[in-house]
Amino acid sequence: MAQSTTSTTAGTPARIATFKDKNRQEAITGFSFIAPAFIILFGFLIIPMFVAGFFSLTNWNGITPISRGLVTEDNPNGAFEFVGLENYNTILFNEGRRQESFYTALKNTVYYALGVVPVQTVFALVLAFIVNQKWLKGKGFFRTAFYFPSITSSVVISLIFMWMFSASGLVNTAISFFNPAYDPVTWLDNPTGTLHMLMNGIGINPTRDMLRACDPATLQLWGCEIASIRLWDWLSGPSVTMATIMVLNIWTTIGTMMVIYLAALQGIPSQVYEAATVDGASRMQLFRYITVPLLQPTTFFVVTIGLIGALQVFDQVYVMTSGGPANTTLTVAYLVYRSAFDDSRMGLAAATAIVLFVIIFIFTLIQRRVTREASGAGS
Amino acid sequence: MSATTLEQPVQNTSTTGKLIRRILGIAGILFLAIVAAVEIVPFVFTIVNSAKCLPAINAAPWAFVPSSGFIDCRNEEGRPLPASAMTSGVTFQPSLEGYQMVIAEDLPRWFMNSVIFAAAITICRILIDSLAGYSLARLKFPGNRLIFFIILGTLMIPGVVLIVPRFILLKQLGILNTYQGLIIPLAADAFGIFLMKQFFESIPKELEEAAEVDGASRLTTFFRIILPISTPALTALTIFSIQGMWNNFMDALIIVGTSPSLWTLTLGLTSLQGAGGETLIWNLFLAGAVITTVPMAIVFFAFQRYFVEGTSYSGLAGQ
Repeated sequence: MAQSTTSTTAGTPARIATFKDKNRQEAITGFSFIAPAFIILFGFLIIPMFVAGFFSLTNWNGITPISRGLVTEDNPNGAFEFVGLENYNTILFNEGRRQESFYTALKNTVYYALGVVPVQTVFALVLAFIVNQKWLKGKGFFRTAFYFPSITSSVVISLIFMWMFSASGLVNTAISFFNPAYDPVTWLDNPTGTLHMLMNGIGINPTRDMLRACDPATLQLWGCEIASIRLWDWLSGPSVTMATIMVLNIWTTIGTMMVIYLAALQGIPSQVYEAATVDGASRMQLFRYITVPLLQPTTFFVVTIGLIGALQVFDQVYVMTSGGPANTTLTVAYLVYRSAFDDSRMGLAAATAIVLFVIIFIFTLIQRRVTREASGAGS
Repeated sequence: MSATTLEQPVQNTSTTGKLIRRILGIAGILFLAIVAAVEIVPFVFTIVNSAKCLPAINAAPWAFVPSSGFIDCRNEEGRPLPASAMTSGVTFQPSLEGYQMVIAEDLPRWFMNSVIFAAAITICRILIDSLAGYSLARLKFPGNRLIFFIILGTLMIPGVVLIVPRFILLKQLGILNTYQGLIIPLAADAFGIFLMKQFFESIPKELEEAAEVDGASRLTTFFRIILPISTPALTALTIFSIQGMWNNFMDALIIVGTSPSLWTLTLGLTSLQGAGGETLIWNLFLAGAVITTVPMAIVFFAFQRYFVEGTSYSGLAGQ
């Protein structure tokens, strides 16, 4: 201050110097404030992705210390060899047991996602729409009731469902109460595919021989193997046990999705509805032609996070079924765990994880793009 | 003329419209009530059955009216009582056997471990996330935006994909099966940083400028002025962190799964499956489930607003 008033010639560079100093100081502060967070996220989220990529190219078993290094002629007791893309070929392209496991897991996971995501989205939307009505009393109660399961531990909910759906559990007892002729279903140990049941119901009932046969000329296709899995088995649909886990997931996540929808609904200006009502639109028309289109970005978001969650389903499978019965609840995430820690095939597990990452990443990118386009068009 | 033609149909539809609206309204409430019942009933029956003896759970899971006084599940000779002695109709004789068994199964230790993990990770996140959020919101430095995008980008990495490489990394660092092994990797999270950044950006700059004129350093300003007025965002961060860590299963399984003394509640609960050999001891499970859920339920009912706001906020953040 004193300097700048006494001499204007020296004042200007001095002021620039302090300004620069201040900038530098701010940058240093900025870096040091963000450093802890950045180191942790970089070290435990980004580096691991490269570690996974690296080990997916090896045959490490996860047990031999990595410090023993690469297997060479001089070092026959090394921990791992580079196998190139062999792990990827094993799960994706080479016929055999591993390929069968991977595609079984993928098939189960896709059926799971296809069942869970649409149902939870539609339920969440309808619930949010009703809860958002002005005339509804006890909004808080309903919101709490719907939301509570989603804050509860997945392990706890899995245990509760295991009990409820056990042979003598609440669900079977309740059904028997209303229908004395009911033959109790063993929900958690039933590998029958729900689509198979449906097909049997409409008379598609292939015999053992038909399931073994693969002769395109005579149109006997049920036994034809695609990626080590018979066509008939591809079309199994989720097993009864998997369907039970799907119900669990829908039951748990509806509340979260509903709250997201509710926030979006409350963001729609009431003038839009008033204008449409003046034009003579009915309630159903309001819902169909105003609410649903305006909620499109939210729907896309809900569908994507639902999908990303469904593709990763793990806890419930671990607790309730360990992938059984007959591998019908084996999911890709659980397969990663099983390969890594039960089969001691860390390299294979890493490759499976990378494939899962790519699948989820593609869905995330699609979501980002579509949402950006939608919001870009909206504004 | 035009006014009457406009009003005519509106009035016409309003009589039949009212009826339809009322029917739709009743159907809507009915639907809400059914879904609400489906969401709540499992919890109610979990609590009720956690206080029964095993034979009573298997024979009469629906019985929900406790008769007075707790009973022992075994007679003087140590034999289990038959279900008929413990239930009749909708009433049952309550017992604390499940709770006694689960506490004997080392549950207090799991509970303490869960508390330690949740508390340590939450404290770390409050500090680290808010410092990072402040840096991104207010401080100019080269690469500011790039770092922000990298941090946001980590939200796209699915947790399941990390189980193998995290295991490898922590094993190499020698902190597998330690407290710090589970705490450090989770000590910061992208969502928390994003939450804090958004909040700090909403604070008027004049507050800090006034402090700066008084000669306070950035660190002092941050701790003395910014953090004290950030309680809403910090509360949301705290609650989300506690909930996430209390319910965390996969990270704990991979990192401390082979070390029973470090097990959390969720890990401990899954270990109970082997407790009864082939038969599943439901009262043990259900008592464990209740004890695990009660602390979260208390947090939830005390801070419900933050849960709901935070979830809708994540919906906006994701877009």
